[in-house]
Amino acid sequence: MFRRTPRVLSAAGILALGALTACAPGSSNDSATPKPTPKAEVNTDAASMGDVTLVVWDQEVRGGQAAQMSQLNKEFQAKYPNITIKRVSRSFEDLKKTLRLALSGNEPPDVVQSNNGRSDMGEFVKAGELVSLDNYSKAYGWDARFPESVRQYSSYTADGRSFGEGNLYGMPQVGEVVGIFYNAKILAAAGVQPPTTWAEFDDALAAVKAKGEVPMMLGNLDKWPAIHVFGTVQGHTTPAQDIKTLAFGRDGASWTTPENTTAAQTLVDWVDNGYFEPGINGEGYDPVWQKFSKGKGAFLIAGTWLQADLQKAMGSDVGFMLPPGDSADARPVATGGTGLPFAITSKSKNPDAAAAYLDFITDSHAMNVLTETGNLPVADTADQSVGGGLQEDVFTSFGTVVQKDGLVPYLDYATPTMYDTLGAALQDLLAKKATPRQFLDTLEKDYSDFAASNG
Amino acid sequence: MVVQQLESSASSSRAADRPARRGQPPGEPRRVAYLYLLPAFLAYAAFLLYPLVRSVQLSFYDWDGLTVGTWAGLDNYREVITDGALRGAFVHALVLMVFYAVVPLLIGLVLASILNRSRVRGLSFFRTVVFLPQVVAMVVVAVAWRRIYAPQGGLNSLLSSVGLDSLGRAWLGDYAFALPAVGFIGTWFETGLVTVLLLAGMGRISGELYEAARLDGAGPLREFLAVTLPSIRREIAVALTLTVIAALRTFDLVYVTTRGGPGQSTSVPSYEVYHRAFELGQVGSAAAIGVCLTLVIFAISFGITRIGDRDAT
Repeated sequence: MFRRTPRVLSAAGILALGALTACAPGSSNDSATPKPTPKAEVNTDAASMGDVTLVVWDQEVRGGQAAQMSQLNKEFQAKYPNITIKRVSRSFEDLKKTLRLALSGNEPPDVVQSNNGRSDMGEFVKAGELVSLDNYSKAYGWDARFPESVRQYSSYTADGRSFGEGNLYGMPQVGEVVGIFYNAKILAAAGVQPPTTWAEFDDALAAVKAKGEVPMMLGNLDKWPAIHVFGTVQGHTTPAQDIKTLAFGRDGASWTTPENTTAAQTLVDWVDNGYFEPGINGEGYDPVWQKFSKGKGAFLIAGTWLQADLQKAMGSDVGFMLPPGDSADARPVATGGTGLPFAITSKSKNPDAAAAYLDFITDSHAMNVLTETGNLPVADTADQSVGGGLQEDVFTSFGTVVQKDGLVPYLDYATPTMYDTLGAALQDLLAKKATPRQFLDTLEKDYSDFAASNG
Repeated sequence: MVVQQLESSASSSRAADRPARRGQPPGEPRRVAYLYLLPAFLAYAAFLLYPLVRSVQLSFYDWDGLTVGTWAGLDNYREVITDGALRGAFVHALVLMVFYAVVPLLIGLVLASILNRSRVRGLSFFRTVVFLPQVVAMVVVAVAWRRIYAPQGGLNSLLSSVGLDSLGRAWLGDYAFALPAVGFIGTWFETGLVTVLLLAGMGRISGELYEAARLDGAGPLREFLAVTLPSIRREIAVALTLTVIAALRTFDLVYVTTRGGPGQSTSVPSYEVYHRAFELGQVGSAAAIGVCLTLVIFAISFGITRIGDRDAT
């Protein structure tokens, strides 16, 4: 035992030495990162830029996503032979984890696909690692291509503090919106039409329940799926402007309002009425939509990303609609957003060429390519010709909600911790471990702590 | 032989010519010995000591992983103690310890002594079967058990097939049962390892000891307590050390099955480390949790080895 002491001592010595000599973490990057100064003069003529290599990191690895990306890259290089695209694609999870390190390194990629949220894009903007696209936006007319309700998801103020406003930092290709998938067969058997108003929706839930079918499918083991259900209900009860303020984590709104209480109470009522299957907190997301695709349950609140799979499995039995309003022609309010936007890094040596690339993969031709490869393009959505059925429902819905400015952000964008806070709080609410009041107090605390510290 | 003796006597006489080396341990001087350690030490230092020191350093900063960190002093550690959710995570890890270490040890003792005593035919077959869970990657184990625990999964159908529908529930979504359910996967996983370790220990015990015990009139239980248990103390210590460490650093199991839910009822420290460092960008806080976890693991495994060593000698 005694013999060990010198070794312990020297280990402690090494530790102390390390702590003393090392400088603050991250300080070595500081000198290397120039604060981005957007160029006033931008060159939009990609053919005149000489031989350029662009390194692009994306996460378009699956099916139609991969197909559109490789097709657009091929076309871009055919059009501008002087620009070589070096594509590095990783899965979403991998990209999310490696991007942080790559951006703080000395030779980051030129174009990166970054998650929109505060803990990703917000942090990168704060650290000065992304270029503001405002000048390019003017030069290429991107603000006309994408309405404000789409651009807000890639906008931050220059200090990265405020989300949803300020400069544009990214360009998305695809859109997504959370709505209600319904099984037309089950609705018909229960003697109801696909609802057009919230009251009809309520009646339909009750009618399906009376028939002995499951009205609403939900699998909440993964914590996040209930966020979409709550967001959909909240879109009905709470003014869209309040939801935006809350979801972008800006000061000046509150969770503990009567409207939000109604939303939370509605979820509890659904549980009490037996609209969900028992044990929703113990069932995974994927098994549940797969069960829905096999004909179980009348409604499924989920995003447009399930469209291809559901259409394949259910054919004409499935439909999609935006959350209904008080009247059939009320402005729709739906949780939604864009796919991961493409951004330009501040250390890129060829920002002009990178901007030309961004322009190319988001122009109207690109939107057609996206449609052909089975994606939901973020712009010109209603103009695309699709083969009817569920896909047409989805395209019309997204086109409508963007045009009527009814997109509200995902609630977990609000603060870096909101995804967990909200996910856990909703599990508590659905299991009746928390009352609507306690549920909202939990959210309010997370939101106001952040709003206070963020200034 | 003769040649060897001659040689050795020659060398000893040569050694006697150099009285300076008398009293020193044989072999080359100590300082040269350290040279042999150097390559291993370099690898150890680069991949273990340096990261450890960096983590300790980071734990004193408030750092998001991108911008320059600011000195936070002991704030991150204070948070580990005062934050109820974090404290909860450490408590969950201790509960998991029971499922990962204590229960497998008890089951392992019973299984191993049965297998050892009865000298069943095909012992190696049973040993392989018991050990099999260890071979499967933890992520695969977790995905499989997630299906078993699902509301319409294997466990509930088994219960209802024997008329126990009332006991069925969404195991991983139940506030009271989620942590034990996750823990039971650990039990299933670690039992094989413990059993095989103990079997090896029991195989080493000399048969004469048992014979002597039997001559003194000891029954099977007495035999187990007086002969088997003391002889395999070392194996028990090893088994406990391995399983306790596995329990405390559980990450993959929780990540795949529940993500810490429902609510916060299955969150564990390692999951919090990952979550804070890679998802929330609170690297300093994550490092502080990691350091605390390291200390806890070190203290517990040190305690276990001390007990194992003391009694064995």
